[in-house]
Amino acid sequence: MVSAIWMPEPTTPLPEPFAGWFAARGWEPRAHQLEMIEKGRQGRHALLIAPTGGGKTLAGFLPSLIDLAERPPRNAAPGIHTLYISPLKALAVDVERNLMTPIAQMGLAIKAESRTGDTGVARRQRQRVKPPDILLTTPEQLALFCAWEGARRYFEDLKCLIIDEIHAIWPSKRGDLLALAMARLAVFAPDCRRIGLSATVDDPDLIRDWLSPAGKDAVDLVRGAPGAPPLVEVLLSEDRVPWAGHTAQHAMPEVYEAIRGARTALVFVNTRFQAEFAFQELWRLNEDSLPIALHHGSLSAEQRRKVEAAMTRGELRAVVCTSTLDLGVDWGDVDLVIQLASPKGASRMVQRIGRANHRLDEASRALFVPANRFEMLECQAAREAIAENAFDTELPRTGALDVLAQHIMGCACSEPFDLVALHDEIRGAGPYRNLTWEDFEAVVDFVATGGYALRVYDRFARIVRGQDGLWRARTAEMILRHRLNVGAIVSAAMLSVRISSGKRATPGRKIGEVEEGYLEVLDVGDTFIFAGSTWRLMGVTQMDVLVTPAPGEEAKMPSWGGSKFPLSTFLAQRVRAMMSDPDHWRALPGDVREWLEIQRDRSIIPGPDEMLLETFPRGQRHFLVCYPFEGRLAHTTLAMLLTRRLERAGVGPVGFVCNDYALAVWSMKTMEDLDFAALFDEDMLGDDLEAWMAESPMMKGAFKTCALISGLIEKRNTRDNKSARQVSFSTDLIFDVLRRHQSDHLLLRCARADAAQGLIDVARLGVLLARIRGRIRHARLDHLSPFSVSVILEIGRQKAPGEGAGEMILLDAADTLIAEAIA
Amino acid sequence: MTAAMQFDAVTQHPRGGLALDLVSETVVCRASGALWIPARHILVVADMHLEKGSFYASRGQMLPPYDTADTLRRLAGEVAGLEPDQLVFLGDSFHDRDGEARLAGGDIESLRLMARGRRLIWITGNHDPSGPCGLPGEAAKTLAIGALRLVHEPVDGAIPGEVAGHLHPCARVKARGASVRRRCFVTDGERLILPAFGALAGGLNIRDTAFSRLLRPRPLAAVLGAGRVHAVGWASLRDD
Repeated sequence: MVSAIWMPEPTTPLPEPFAGWFAARGWEPRAHQLEMIEKGRQGRHALLIAPTGGGKTLAGFLPSLIDLAERPPRNAAPGIHTLYISPLKALAVDVERNLMTPIAQMGLAIKAESRTGDTGVARRQRQRVKPPDILLTTPEQLALFCAWEGARRYFEDLKCLIIDEIHAIWPSKRGDLLALAMARLAVFAPDCRRIGLSATVDDPDLIRDWLSPAGKDAVDLVRGAPGAPPLVEVLLSEDRVPWAGHTAQHAMPEVYEAIRGARTALVFVNTRFQAEFAFQELWRLNEDSLPIALHHGSLSAEQRRKVEAAMTRGELRAVVCTSTLDLGVDWGDVDLVIQLASPKGASRMVQRIGRANHRLDEASRALFVPANRFEMLECQAAREAIAENAFDTELPRTGALDVLAQHIMGCACSEPFDLVALHDEIRGAGPYRNLTWEDFEAVVDFVATGGYALRVYDRFARIVRGQDGLWRARTAEMILRHRLNVGAIVSAAMLSVRISSGKRATPGRKIGEVEEGYLEVLDVGDTFIFAGSTWRLMGVTQMDVLVTPAPGEEAKMPSWGGSKFPLSTFLAQRVRAMMSDPDHWRALPGDVREWLEIQRDRSIIPGPDEMLLETFPRGQRHFLVCYPFEGRLAHTTLAMLLTRRLERAGVGPVGFVCNDYALAVWSMKTMEDLDFAALFDEDMLGDDLEAWMAESPMMKGAFKTCALISGLIEKRNTRDNKSARQVSFSTDLIFDVLRRHQSDHLLLRCARADAAQGLIDVARLGVLLARIRGRIRHARLDHLSPFSVSVILEIGRQKAPGEGAGEMILLDAADTLIAEAIA
Repeated sequence: MTAAMQFDAVTQHPRGGLALDLVSETVVCRASGALWIPARHILVVADMHLEKGSFYASRGQMLPPYDTADTLRRLAGEVAGLEPDQLVFLGDSFHDRDGEARLAGGDIESLRLMARGRRLIWITGNHDPSGPCGLPGEAAKTLAIGALRLVHEPVDGAIPGEVAGHLHPCARVKARGASVRRRCFVTDGERLILPAFGALAGGLNIRDTAFSRLLRPRPLAAVLGAGRVHAVGWASLRDD
C-alpha cells in the first residue's frame, strides 16, 4: 500500500500476531506506526502528526494492543488500560467499531467499549463495575469520571491516554477541562503515557507543551509521511466575480456542475444562512434530482444524524454544510470539497480539504468559490499557502479560571483534597502551568462561597475545610448538582420550529430547532428559508417558533451575520502582500486585476504594512473607509472606539459598518481634515475600550458562559427544570449588580478575558494600531473607490450596532407610537 | 375610553418620568421603576425581592450578596428626590419568608432612615405573606388611595383603578432591525402593573397570556430607559 522510502530501519519488528495480520492484508506497517510502537516500549509520551488517511488512529492504538496482547494473565480483574478521548461522540463510536475489526481478526482477548452521553444506563453501570481494557469517550465524560468517588481506584491501572484530533481540542475551554482531567489522571496513575493524534499544524511545540505534564521536551514528536499535496482550484466564474456580497449566487450553476462531476461532494459555507441559501439555489438548479442534503448547527440533532447516516451509506451526492462537518467520521466516498465564499484561514481549509479522499497516495480535490473580489484575493492567498504547506499561527493557551472552578468542585465531589497538593496537581496541566497561588486561592474561594468581598455566605459554602485540613463538598446534594452541570460547552437556548396548525395556531410537527435570536430580524408574516424550505413566521411562543409552509414565495433574506470565523492574521498578511505587489496580480483573473488597476488609478494601493484610509462625500453624508484587513470582530471594536472619538471631535458620526477587510464610518460633517495619527492612536485601547466593553452585549454573553461553566448558575437544576431562556435574563442582572459592587470579581475577569480574546479581538486590534503607526495612507476622494464598494454595500444589511443602540431603539419605538396615535 | 385617547394623555412629567391618567388619578411612571402619585405624595415600588441573592446562596448558587443594598440604594435615591409622605411596598418585598432575618445591619439601617418622617406600608405578597416583623411600618393586604386600589397580585376581571405588581412586566421593543428587552409598566388605562424594583428580579414579557387575561387588548408599555421612560405602543413589541 505504501512504499518503504519513509521507513527507517525498524528497531522493533512488529510482533505476532500483528505482523501476520498486516501481511495477510497485504499491508506493510508505516514508519510512524513502528515509531509509535517504539515510543510505547520506551514509555515515552508522544505527539503524532500525520495527514488524514495515514493510519493515524491505528498508530495510536498499536502500542496498547500489543501491550494488552502480551500481558500475562492476572488474578484480579484489571482496570482500564487505555483511555481514548475524542472531541466528537460519533467519532468515539466509530473508532470503537474500527478497533473491533483488528481485535476480532487477530483473535485478541481485548475488550474495547465506547461511553458517551448517549450510552445506555445499563452499559454505563457495567462499565463502572467491570471496566473494559480500552474505553473510548469524550472530555465531558472524563470530567464526570473525575467527579466520581471511585475515580482514583478506577484509573489506577491506566497505562495509556490517547487524545484524538488534539489540534481541534487544545486551544479551547474544552481543552482546559481535558488538560485538568489529564493532570488528575497523572496523579492516579503516574506511569500513564500520553499520546496526541493531530492533523498538520504550524507549531507542534504548542501542542507538545499542552499535552505534556512537564513541558514540551517530555513529549516526543513523531511525524507521518506527508500525503499527496491537495489539488486546489479557484473557480474563475464565467459570470464575473461581483464587487460585493457573500452569497456566490453568480457561481451556483458552476458549483452544481462541479457536484455533478464528482462522486460525492462536501460544500462548506461559513454561516447557517449561507448554507440555507446555497442549498435552496442548488435545488433550484437540480434538474437531475441529485440527492443533495443540508447540515448545520440549527437543524435538529435527529435531522443531522439522518444526513450523516445517509452519507455513511454512500447515498448522497452532496452535503451543504457549515463547520459542523469540519471533524467527523471517515466518509470514504467524498472526492471533492467545495468551499463556498472565503476560506478565512489556511489551517481550517486544510482540515476541510482533508475530508475528501482518505487515501494518502491520492490527492484530495478542492474548489474555492469566491463570492466577491476581495474573496478572490483571499482564495488565491489560501491556495498559495496550502501549496507551500504554510499554516495559520496559534498562540499558547492560558487555562480559563471558570473551567478551573468547575474542575475544583469536581475534585471535591470525588474525594477530599489538600489545597497545596491540588495546586501542584493543577500546575501539571499544560494550560495551567503558570497558575499563581493567588489566582488558585481566588478560584477556591469562588467555588466555596462565590468569591465575594462581602463575606456573608460562609455558612452556605459548597465546599468546606474539615478538621483534617482537607476540603470536601458540604452536602450530597451539592455533589449531585455538580454532576448534572459538568462540561465546558455552553450552547444557546434552542427553540423548536413547528408547523402551526388550525385557527388557534397550535404547535404541530417539529421541523427543526433554531438558536434563540436566530430569527430576531424577522417579523410575524415574514418568509424565510429554513431546513431547505420556505416558511412564513406565524409567531413565537416560550418554546416554539410557529410557521406555515410558504412554498415558492420569495423569502426575505435575513442578515448574514458574517462568518463565525474571522479572517486569520496569517491569511490577511498574505492578502495584503499580494494586493500590494502588481507582479503578483498576474495570478488573478482579468476582472479582478482590472479592479485593482482602477483602485490604483482612482485611489491608492497601500503597501503591505500600510493602512489605506479613504474619505469621500456620498449623499448627504461624509464617509471614512479604512482597510485594516484584521477581520470583522477587530473592525467592529475599532469602529466602536473610533465613533466615540469622532463624537468628541464634533463631526457627528451617524453609523458604521464592517466586513473582514474594511470598515466604513459616516458622519454629518467632513472627516477629511482630521488628525488621523491621533484618531488611530493606541491609547484608544485604554479607558474608551474599558467603558465600551462594560456596556457591550458581548460582555454580557461572555459573562453568561462563564457563569454557567464556573457553576455560579446551573444549566440544569435538580429541583425545577428552569429553561435556559430564563437563565439568560437573570445572568444579565447578576452582571449589572456585580459590576456596580465588585468590578474585580473573578467572573468579571473571566468574562473580560473571553470577550477580549474571542468576541472583540482586542489583541489583534492592538497589533494593528502598532503596525499602522505612521503608516496611514490617506486618499482624499470625490466619490467612492472600487475597494469601498464591498463595505458600503453592507450598509442596511447589518443590525444597528452596540452601545447606545438600546436607547436609540426605545426612542424610535416611542416615535412610532406618536405616528400610531396621530394616524 | 379608546386606546388612542388614553395615549394622548401620556406626557413627560417635569420632575422626571411619564405621567398618565389612571381612572381619575394622575400617576407618574419613574425611570427607576417606582410609581409616583404626585397629588398625594405617595411613592410605590413593587417586587423588591430583597435577599434573593442570599436565598439562592443558601441553596448552593452563590448569586452576588449585593442585591439588597443595590435595590435599597436606588430606592433611597427616589425617596431623597421626591420626599414622599408615604412609601408603599407593593408586595414580594422579600424573596422569601426568612429574607428579613438575613438582612445585613447596614440595610436595616437604610430602611429605618427612609422611614423617618413618613409612613411605610408593606402590602403582603405571595413571597412574604405576613409582612415584616422588626422593620418600621405596617402591613396590609390592600390599600385604597382615592380611586386607586393597591394590591400585590392583580385580580382576574376588570377592576378600574387597580395598581398591582407580581408579574414583573418586561417588554421586548423592536426598531432599527434590532430589539432590546427592558422592564416596563403596562397599562390599559384602567389597570396598571408595575415592573419589579429588585435588582435581581427577572421579568415576564407583557405579550404573555398572563397579561392578556388582565388587560384590554393592545395596552401601553411605559418602558424604562436610561433616566427616561419611553411610551411604547403595541405595534413595536415582540415576543422573546
